[in-house]
Amino acid sequence: MATYQEFIQQNEDRDGVRFSWNLWPSSRLEATRLVVPVSCLFTPLKERPNLPPVQYEPVLCSRANCKAVLNPLCQVDFRAKIWSCCYLKHIFPPSYAGISDVNQPAELMPQFSTIEYIVQRGPAAPLIFLYVVDTCLEEEDLQALKESLQMSLSLLPPNALVGLITFGRMVQVHELSCEGIAKSYVFRGTKDLTAKQIQEMLGLTKPAVTGQQGRPLAPQDAAATCKFLQPVHRVDMNLTDLLGELQRDPWPVPQGKRPLRSTGVALSVAVGLLEGTFPNTGARVMLFIGGPPTQGPGMVVGDELKTPIRSWHDIQKDNARHLKKATKYYEALANRSATNGHSIDIYACALDQTGLLEMKCLSNLTGGHIVMGDSFNTSLFKQTFQRVFSKDYNGDFRMAFGGVLEVKTSRELKVCGAIGPCVSLNSKAPCVSENELGTGGTSQWKVCGLNPSTTLGIYFEVVNQHNAPVPQGGRGAVQFVTQYQHSNTQRRIRVTTIARNWADAQSQIQHIESSFDQEAAAVLMARLGVFRAESEEGPDVLRWLDRQLIRLFMFHLRRSPFLQVFNNSPDESSYYRHHFVRQDLTQSLIMIQPILYSYSFYGPPEPVLLDSSSILPDRILLMDTFFQLVIYHGETIAQWRKAGYQEMAEYENFKQLLQAPLDDAQEILQTRFPMPRYIDTEHGGSQARFLLSKVNPSQTHNNLYAWGQETGAPILTDDVSLQVFMDHLKKLAVSSSA
Amino acid sequence: MSQQGYVAAPPYSQAQPGMGAYQGGFGSGPTQPLYGHYGGPPQAFSAPPAGKMHLIVLNRTFFLSAITVVMIFSYPAPPAVSAPYGQPPHSLYNSMASPGPPPTQQLTNQMSSMNLGSHVQGLQSPPPPVSSVVQQPFQTPPPLTMAPPQMPPGLQSPHMSPLMSPPQSPPASMPMASQSMAGTSMAGMGGPFPGPPPPGPGGFQQPGLGSAGQFGGYMAGPQQNMPGAFPGAPSAMAGPPQKKLDPDSIPSITHVIEDDQVKQGGQVFTTNIRGQVPPLVTTDFTVTDQGNASPRFIRCTTYSLPCTADLAKQCQVPLAAIIKPFASLPKNETPLYVVNHGDTGPVRCNRCKAYMCPYMQFIDGGRRYQCGFCNCVNEVPVFYFQHLDHMGRRVDFYERPELSLGSYEFVATLDYCKNNKPPNSPAYIFMIDVSYNNIKSGLVKLICDELKTLLEKLPREEGMETSAIKVGFVTYNKVLHFYNVKSALAQPQMMVVSDTAEMFVPLLDGFLVNYQDSRAVIYNLLDQIPDMFADTAESETVFAPVIQAGVEAFKAAECSGKLFIFHSSMPTAEAPGKLKNRDDKKLVNTDKEKTLFQPQKGVYEQLSKDCVASGCCVDLFLFPSQYTDIATMADVPSHTGGSVYKYSNFQIETDGEHFLRDLRKDVQKSIGFDAIMRVRTSTGFRATDFFGGMYMNNTTDVEMAAVDCDNGVTVEFKHDDTLSEETGALMQCALLYTTIGGQRRLRIHNLSLNCSSQLSELYKSCETDSLINFFAKSAYRAILNQPLKNVREILVNQTAHMLACYRKNCASPSAASQLILPDAMKVFPVYMNSLMKTAPLVGSTELSTDDRAHQRLSVMAMGVEDTQLLLYPRLIPLHNIDVNSEKPATPVRCSEERLTDSGIFLLENGQSMFLWLGQASSPDFIQSLFNVPSLAHLQGHMCALPELDNPLSRKVRSIISGLLEKRSNSMKLQIVRQKDKPEMLFRQFLVEDKGLHGGASYMDFLCYVHREIRQLLT
Repeated sequence: MATYQEFIQQNEDRDGVRFSWNLWPSSRLEATRLVVPVSCLFTPLKERPNLPPVQYEPVLCSRANCKAVLNPLCQVDFRAKIWSCCYLKHIFPPSYAGISDVNQPAELMPQFSTIEYIVQRGPAAPLIFLYVVDTCLEEEDLQALKESLQMSLSLLPPNALVGLITFGRMVQVHELSCEGIAKSYVFRGTKDLTAKQIQEMLGLTKPAVTGQQGRPLAPQDAAATCKFLQPVHRVDMNLTDLLGELQRDPWPVPQGKRPLRSTGVALSVAVGLLEGTFPNTGARVMLFIGGPPTQGPGMVVGDELKTPIRSWHDIQKDNARHLKKATKYYEALANRSATNGHSIDIYACALDQTGLLEMKCLSNLTGGHIVMGDSFNTSLFKQTFQRVFSKDYNGDFRMAFGGVLEVKTSRELKVCGAIGPCVSLNSKAPCVSENELGTGGTSQWKVCGLNPSTTLGIYFEVVNQHNAPVPQGGRGAVQFVTQYQHSNTQRRIRVTTIARNWADAQSQIQHIESSFDQEAAAVLMARLGVFRAESEEGPDVLRWLDRQLIRLFMFHLRRSPFLQVFNNSPDESSYYRHHFVRQDLTQSLIMIQPILYSYSFYGPPEPVLLDSSSILPDRILLMDTFFQLVIYHGETIAQWRKAGYQEMAEYENFKQLLQAPLDDAQEILQTRFPMPRYIDTEHGGSQARFLLSKVNPSQTHNNLYAWGQETGAPILTDDVSLQVFMDHLKKLAVSSSA
Repeated sequence: MSQQGYVAAPPYSQAQPGMGAYQGGFGSGPTQPLYGHYGGPPQAFSAPPAGKMHLIVLNRTFFLSAITVVMIFSYPAPPAVSAPYGQPPHSLYNSMASPGPPPTQQLTNQMSSMNLGSHVQGLQSPPPPVSSVVQQPFQTPPPLTMAPPQMPPGLQSPHMSPLMSPPQSPPASMPMASQSMAGTSMAGMGGPFPGPPPPGPGGFQQPGLGSAGQFGGYMAGPQQNMPGAFPGAPSAMAGPPQKKLDPDSIPSITHVIEDDQVKQGGQVFTTNIRGQVPPLVTTDFTVTDQGNASPRFIRCTTYSLPCTADLAKQCQVPLAAIIKPFASLPKNETPLYVVNHGDTGPVRCNRCKAYMCPYMQFIDGGRRYQCGFCNCVNEVPVFYFQHLDHMGRRVDFYERPELSLGSYEFVATLDYCKNNKPPNSPAYIFMIDVSYNNIKSGLVKLICDELKTLLEKLPREEGMETSAIKVGFVTYNKVLHFYNVKSALAQPQMMVVSDTAEMFVPLLDGFLVNYQDSRAVIYNLLDQIPDMFADTAESETVFAPVIQAGVEAFKAAECSGKLFIFHSSMPTAEAPGKLKNRDDKKLVNTDKEKTLFQPQKGVYEQLSKDCVASGCCVDLFLFPSQYTDIATMADVPSHTGGSVYKYSNFQIETDGEHFLRDLRKDVQKSIGFDAIMRVRTSTGFRATDFFGGMYMNNTTDVEMAAVDCDNGVTVEFKHDDTLSEETGALMQCALLYTTIGGQRRLRIHNLSLNCSSQLSELYKSCETDSLINFFAKSAYRAILNQPLKNVREILVNQTAHMLACYRKNCASPSAASQLILPDAMKVFPVYMNSLMKTAPLVGSTELSTDDRAHQRLSVMAMGVEDTQLLLYPRLIPLHNIDVNSEKPATPVRCSEERLTDSGIFLLENGQSMFLWLGQASSPDFIQSLFNVPSLAHLQGHMCALPELDNPLSRKVRSIISGLLEKRSNSMKLQIVRQKDKPEMLFRQFLVEDKGLHGGASYMDFLCYVHREIRQLLT
């Protein structure tokens, strides 16, 4: 097994790929019997410090519906300078004249199964950051947000273009290039405008110059004419002042009303603006909201405070008036934005819901971030936002734009679909399966916003018929071609080509079994579950999952907020799901089954069972659920701490014990995006619920035998514990009806 | 002519039972197209139908007959002749219903036949058959030389008997009478006719005959004028006017004005008597309010109403009041008292809701009062109780303005406020078109510079340190730019709204600000605006969205106010209210001509409604270079109590100062906002129709987004029932409005009128100036729905009718050939004729459609002073001015005959001002005024006199500035030299002459009216 472990790890490190199965059953029939489909988690932009991009363009197979990139799996005749792909022989282009078996180009070397090309063609498009800022905030929040925004200007590369749209009751597009008077274009917050109208109103449509009709504006032209998007270096003073002078929405909010917030129109204006000026150029629309959209298209809740925003209950009872309309509206916007390669981030900071349920598609379809917090004046938001602009070892932003991921497979395999922050490009290549899993029906997906951790789940189908077996030792191959705009404005193409052996399920079932990657499979199946949960009723999905996973022992997933909506608002569910379908395997696993560390005087910190029995008075627990980081001080520890022992010199060790989990937590906080909610609590603390709701309720008020004993903390819940679940599972597993 | 009168009042256009005689003539009938042709373009000449002279249709023949009528004046002679001599014919005298006016005046009224007769010495032939016969001589005017010998002595020295001198003889007070007496009449009547003996009926048939020639000679004037009125006018006018009837002999407005000034000028007019006729609007007098509203606030067409509807119908004198609720009072008159009745609000009659006023009769020891309007007996509220004195008057009579005065104000309670909330201070929004035209002309900069100082002078409440009025700024072309000028800002902020389809205001806080607080930011803004758009290429504009924006701003700020829109061109950009050129000169003189005056429907109609509902008054300053469809663009201003100013082909050098003066006046005007007016009357009559810059949602409430000191509302009354001579007729005009300080107030004007069953009383109490105001407005409204020709016909007919009725009922029987005018209406025909020659009513393709529409709309909101001046401009001779005299120069009649080659005249009508320089004017004078040696050195386009340090220059400039000060509009001074091309502009204001674009001379008109009267009487 160690070999497989290593193999998997190695593959992940090199290619960013984790397959559910690392040996593929050689026929369709066998594959379906395996329940978990042949599928993989693919991280297109996995950070590879040791992978210098090559400065030339890839060599493609000339067959129209193949166009595969020359790769280590290709057969090469060095003497004839010929390579072949899909049975077609190609002559190397002249630049490969010096090729020989000792002088191979990188793309032919096995260690370069993943290789990155820099495309020199076309103008370098600047990065574009368009801030869309809600001004219906509390003074304190707005101030904090303004500061964050001002700070962010200093993080942007000087040639990046920035724009600012503010909204409240009205939507204001600020002109940035002006001297003297600050100008802005104002839109009514209640009126749905077409892109054309928006562009006309912003004065972006210039009368067509004769002879150039029909030709879209080149980005440079647009840059010259667009007063709203200007290079940072030119306007940062202006913009800093502008942000500084930004006032709360001045329109009075009567008693018992919500402020009128025209989020829908603001986004529509933002999308329309970028669409008209920089189509197919990397751009981020960053939406900052402090509450739900309350008027105009995309309205999520009315402005009457007495009508609360929809809950899961309302949705199930079909009582959410605006849900469908709003969702449809934002979906349309998201699709337009995705078409143009612009991604949309949502930074929602409010105590109540802000309509993420309706707006999630904006980010989900365009590869944008969603960040949810209580206030803009929290470190959670401030640091998360700062982290958006984090840089890699080359000093480049950890973000990429306008990605197009194409998957090519060898004949025995077809692509069913992908689950992740992507939209279909509807490319009906022959390798596209009719069976859809996730976003299917295509072999190309657009991923408008990418970062090194963006991970897509890709699902395949084995199409080889049982009666036409693959020859022994045959390999199936998959090539991932990712074209994207690097944050240094280069266009790049990353090509990952992998191959796996076919195995006959009947004769080599043990081999196949051992090639099973439980972690990847768990995440991939969870993604499928989430994908379904997004589109189907909750209980149905659970039933489906139970049917599927009864063999997979996924107790925690079943209880996770990704599938359970109980105790979560629709916004929270959307938020959790959003992150779940894009994070890499490790993070996803944390999300499914939170990690619990225990700190005590009895030894070094150790991972312990996520179980109520782990909650002991003399322990400090550190739980990482990805979204929350909880430090829980056991009863005794808490008392000691209250007594102030840590201040005394003789209890230095106690001080260290208290410090240890803090340091560890800090480490996690440093790297995690988005910043988790950091909770420092203790036995009996109200925030302890974050821990108690996650642990396996092995002791509850119901199983009295453990009640009051010193073995842990009972959880007041009616949920079944893992033990009960397991018992039940075992019974079912051996019963024939499974 | 249609059966529906243009005046809403049906009786006017219906057959009059009382005057069967002219039934046919007045109503629709085949007989009637007369007047339409009279002023119209030349018609083909065709032979008149023989025999019935009043049916004659054609210009020339018509003229003949008219003249014939005049001529006939001569032979009822003997009794009439005595009149001028100061021996009133008893018959006439006795016929007067009341002895009020001196007999001599009565005589004056009979437009003295002798005048005319004197010229027509020998003609004794009976008139009727003549008309067709006479034709010939007219067609071939006899040699001029023939005329002089026949000139009566009087004519050669027209000024022999000074018109003004009130002295010796009674006739002196009636200028024209004295005229005729002095010379001509003598010749004509007193003695044997100096001319050859009457040739007898056949005389006319012989063109060569001396008498005929003589006759022809003097007729030459009018006769030539008629056809000449059309294209070739000047030459015709250049003819020998001396040959005409003596123009001095017909009633003269200048004389009437002067007389009244002499009689009542400088005196105190105390309003304590019911039905008292006030001095003329032109007279300087002081008013003491003692129970009736000052004539500055209300003037009536007559101060004695006929008791019954029948009488009113019979005389056809319109019963109307012209109310100027905000008229400014001279410094020496007490401003209105403000009465505060506390939380309960003003005391009102329970039934008719009339406000407490001097006409409430306290009874029952002061516990109850009887309403003077509806006679309802009301309890006196406890807080208001007061004992009565021995006269039955409340003890506090003199302490309470509402008991003793005609005009006063109440503080309104919340019940009188929108949404029961006290109003916010009103706001002024300046909306500047920054499209290419306005930038290029430098207008934008001019406005911005001016605003800096002008805003310091916003009107403020009495005793207040600063104005409470808020200000806001918008610029626009195809899109609108709003400005945030909050005092806290370092820099103003501009907010662009391009969504003109659904206008909205992008900001609340910081848009409407207190000028004092935000002065620095506003300065900054005004400095930057011209630069910001300096290189604009945008030439398209929107208009309706601009107004909409103002409305929305007021709505959002929950205040009322006024928009000052400075606009350049027709709004052609794609937006609501987009207009297209529909100026079609081919429509002139057709039944569709009215469409030129009608606003384009739709958006603007709704906009007016919105404006009025939110108290948004619109003032429009237009700077067009071509047709802009003023009929439509001015629709909103004209419904919201706003004004429209028009500066065609604006150039800073020539029009800048003129515009700025207008702007300053306009901004500083005293004004009330969000006003609603109700006119209540005592039983028996009621207000039925309203004319003015207002909007009406129902039949009684006059809504005005704003009402300023120049807005006049004309109200027409109709009988409901019989009025009693004893109690008279009462009216109360209540105006609810918001003050410039943001207070809600009620302004009350009360007026009591007499009632009489004698028509003579009515005619005696008539006021010509008010009458003409009413006629102007009703005619200007009528042209929206009827062909001009009809309207003109109706005007003439009604004129004739009113006069005929007088003649029939009030004057002593006399020969039909005598034209008899009531004293109070003796100059009415001049005004009426002038009215018919105004641009809107004269169908001429030479006039700009916009100008006509503009004038039509501005007149609709005018008060009596303005219409009077507009229809009879002041023509002031300057050449013989006494630089040391304080006395203002005496105006002369508006006729070319009054001009002399060596003269210099100033003419003004409240809209335009001319300085006319005769060809032979004295070089000294020119030197003193212009600092150039002669006329030839004058620069082409002068619009102001240079400031020279000599008495003459100072005097003339002070006259001009005095006039500019007095008038509600500033006027552009145009300097024209005799015989220069621009003189044409000047000449159209000589309203006694034949109109440049059509329309009769005064004399001709009078003849025509007389003929009409005769027809009515027979």
